[in-house]
Amino acid sequence: MKTRILGIVALLAVVAATLFGLFVVPADLNQGDAQRIMYPHVASAWLAYLSFGVTALAGIGWLIRRDLRFDSVAVASAEIGVVFTAFAIWGGMMWARPVWGVFWQWEDPRLTTTALLLALYVGYLLLRRLSDDPARRATRASVVGLVAAVDMPIVHFSVIWWRGLHQAPTFLSPDKILNPSAPLPFVLALVGMLGAFTLAWAWLLIRRYQLARAELAREEAVRGGLIRKASRSASSSTASSSLPTGDVAGAGGGTQSKAPAEAAR
Amino acid sequence: MSDVAFVIAGYGVILGGLAAYAALLLRRLARVREDRRSGDDRG
Repeated sequence: MKTRILGIVALLAVVAATLFGLFVVPADLNQGDAQRIMYPHVASAWLAYLSFGVTALAGIGWLIRRDLRFDSVAVASAEIGVVFTAFAIWGGMMWARPVWGVFWQWEDPRLTTTALLLALYVGYLLLRRLSDDPARRATRASVVGLVAAVDMPIVHFSVIWWRGLHQAPTFLSPDKILNPSAPLPFVLALVGMLGAFTLAWAWLLIRRYQLARAELAREEAVRGGLIRKASRSASSSTASSSLPTGDVAGAGGGTQSKAPAEAAR
Repeated sequence: MSDVAFVIAGYGVILGGLAAYAALLLRRLARVREDRRSGDDRG
């Protein structure tokens, strides 16, 4: 019930922030209407950082505590992070074409490292599909999640370390947060969109976590069912092997007991 | 393309994508829960 309320509040907040950003805030003097794309672009980029940060922390949690709930948080956050990274890239491209004159430039370190970040976490999600063993999967994913997280500070500081098209960081720059140079409506639109998207992110994370737990429970139920079926087959084949026709029945039972075990693997 | 077209494309894909992902997530969740319920019923 609380999650449903959070979902409704998040939906209303996103609608309000969108209307404010599109119709209330005036167009920027230099960038015109294209500047309005900055609000969802920056919010998406912030949530990509947050998501992958949570994935890395949950990975550490799994490696220390060996509790699969950490792994469920990690996969939930990684998937949502991939979605928001894609949104950040898309928003950036839609803003860049009218302002920079190009959709994309591979020489720009911020763009390239962000594309790498997306590829790393798509790889993280694909890696998870390689193993059916929850513990092995969680360990591998935790390590990859931690290694991939190294790209986050590189993405963030790339605009300071190297020269490119992308401007210096607007977000996580204490000076700009405390002393915003932009007029108040622009700051409100940005903060409003950040808040609204963060609410939506929280709702998505809870739902995706629930999905991860339910998938894990289903996996365990399937595995448990297969093991029960295999042990039933094994016991019936043992019983029938004592009969005169046991050779034939035993051979059939042996095959049956092997098949579920293979399927479980 | 005018600036407004880029704004519409930007917001449209981000908000539409957000809505589509949320809907897909709820559908996946409902399907997994249904699978589990039907699995429990079968014993």
